[in-house]
Amino acid sequence: MKDTVEPYVTDDGRTIGDVMLDLRNITLRFGGVEAIKDISFDIREGEIRAIIGPNGAGKSSMLNIISGFYKPQEGEVWFDGAIRPPLRPYQVAQQGIARTFQNIALFEGMSVLDNVMTGRLNHMKAGLFRQALWYGRAEQEEVENREAVEKIIDFLEIQKIRKTPVSRLPYGLKKRVELARALAAQPRLLLLDEPMAGMNVEEKEDMSRFILDANDEFGTTIALIEHDMGVVMDLSDRVVVMDYGRKIGDGTPDEVRGNQDVIDAYLGVSHD
Amino acid sequence: MSADFLYGIEVIINGLMAGVLYALVALGFVLIYKASGIFNYAQGVMALFAALTLVGIMEGQVPFAHLINAVFGTEIHHFGWEVPALLAIGLTVVVMVIFAWLVQRFVFRHLVGQEPIILFMATIGLAYFLEGVGDLMWGSEIKTIALGLPQGNARWLEDVTATWGGDDFYGFFVRQLDVVAAIVAILLVTALIIFAQYTKQGRAMRAVADDHQAALSVGISLNFIWVLVWSLAGVVALVAGVMWGAKSGVQFSLSLIALKALPVLMLGGFTSIPGAIVGGLIIGVGEQLFEYTIGGPYLGGATENWFAYMLALLFLVFRPQGLFGEKIIERV
Repeated sequence: MKDTVEPYVTDDGRTIGDVMLDLRNITLRFGGVEAIKDISFDIREGEIRAIIGPNGAGKSSMLNIISGFYKPQEGEVWFDGAIRPPLRPYQVAQQGIARTFQNIALFEGMSVLDNVMTGRLNHMKAGLFRQALWYGRAEQEEVENREAVEKIIDFLEIQKIRKTPVSRLPYGLKKRVELARALAAQPRLLLLDEPMAGMNVEEKEDMSRFILDANDEFGTTIALIEHDMGVVMDLSDRVVVMDYGRKIGDGTPDEVRGNQDVIDAYLGVSHD
Repeated sequence: MSADFLYGIEVIINGLMAGVLYALVALGFVLIYKASGIFNYAQGVMALFAALTLVGIMEGQVPFAHLINAVFGTEIHHFGWEVPALLAIGLTVVVMVIFAWLVQRFVFRHLVGQEPIILFMATIGLAYFLEGVGDLMWGSEIKTIALGLPQGNARWLEDVTATWGGDDFYGFFVRQLDVVAAIVAILLVTALIIFAQYTKQGRAMRAVADDHQAALSVGISLNFIWVLVWSLAGVVALVAGVMWGAKSGVQFSLSLIALKALPVLMLGGFTSIPGAIVGGLIIGVGEQLFEYTIGGPYLGGATENWFAYMLALLFLVFRPQGLFGEKIIERV
């Protein structure tokens, strides 16, 4: 059972296609606490989808469900028109869903280049023994993957730090390296958990540009969590608003802005 | 050159040879500790088990012969064939890989996210279990490894160097087995480092060692990597078991070489492969030199038994993370 929707073209000329990821009636509990209550929304091919909401609304949990880190107690995840069985995070990654983390999860001991290279692991097909013996496809693959990685490094303008160990980088650059690693996987769907948290205005502008360009040039579908409303309204095609684990709004930035529930949630009207 | 000086050099050479073996044992610990945070108490027993398995396969012993005889009243001991060394080594590696998979599947997969002390306790259990299985499979008598490794003194080295000193110097005394062990260990370590640096699985291994969550997010299966590191640790254990076993026979005391690795780890740090190597060499040379210069003449000898631990204690006081270990910083 699959709902098809008509593709459309945005004002800036990008095509938004069919539903790629469809979350249906998702409920997630931690013991007795319901972090997410019966939430449904979809992400369409080629769009930039934002998830917003006050702290503790369940946004990160939602992202963790998509990427397989959490398993919802109820509800279904549909991917490419088929129901997705419960998968482990690495299997989700192998399906072409990459992600970044709210509190950066990089390989601190490795160089920037090596970190980005790990993003290519799923594109290396040579088996363990060929790898170990450096025989046949292994070498050619390494070269191809290096090229792909260099492209991403150029794209994100981090050539200068490519040999630097990640642990020595400032926060803003670490965020960028994490994005580079996720992009290196050439994901179909990219999940960004607060990509601009803790950044200054200039860094935010850079990051916004990279996100838009990635979407435009690579055709990557993007779902992101962000607190900066200005950024969210500028970047996204559609916005989901969550509060206390419920969905309280869903639509274009303009629709969401005018939604009374959303305004209440952000201004802190008491829940009766 | 004076004879004392030359004998000092001889002591250092022998220390380096012993150190390489210590490093080899320590390396097995580091591999598993880095990738999974598990301090594998069973590493020594794995060396014993691997050596037992190698000897058993080579001699065509029937595994679990005693058990089979006891249950069925039969009298079988050997298949009656002998397996060539290379094939036997290959088969032993296969056994160690199967062991790695079993350990991961039935023990540590159920303990993911547990406290380190619980994981440590699990490895203690594993050590005694494996010891029992080893006994049951291959019997508990002392065995010799017939790999054809050279024994005795390296005469050529002695002959060449004898001319260096005066009449009271008779050349360097180095055991041939130690030379072979050192060469094998160096090859193995080089191979491991190349594997970790330049292959997909090696990169994934380093990624897992660094950050589990991030590793998952780029599509690395933690289970696969853990089986891989336990397998590698098994191979390292096999090499260590063979080299030590060739020295002193394959018997229970082989599993105690793990204790020799502890001071090496404290020196080199639990998380560093170069650390394990340098730590092993320092301990090897240190204990021989100490025995030669101070222990023997002034303390009545046999200082090798405790010198390594004393050195490790000093390190614990002044540099608890070891020479190369990751610095322990508590951010407040």
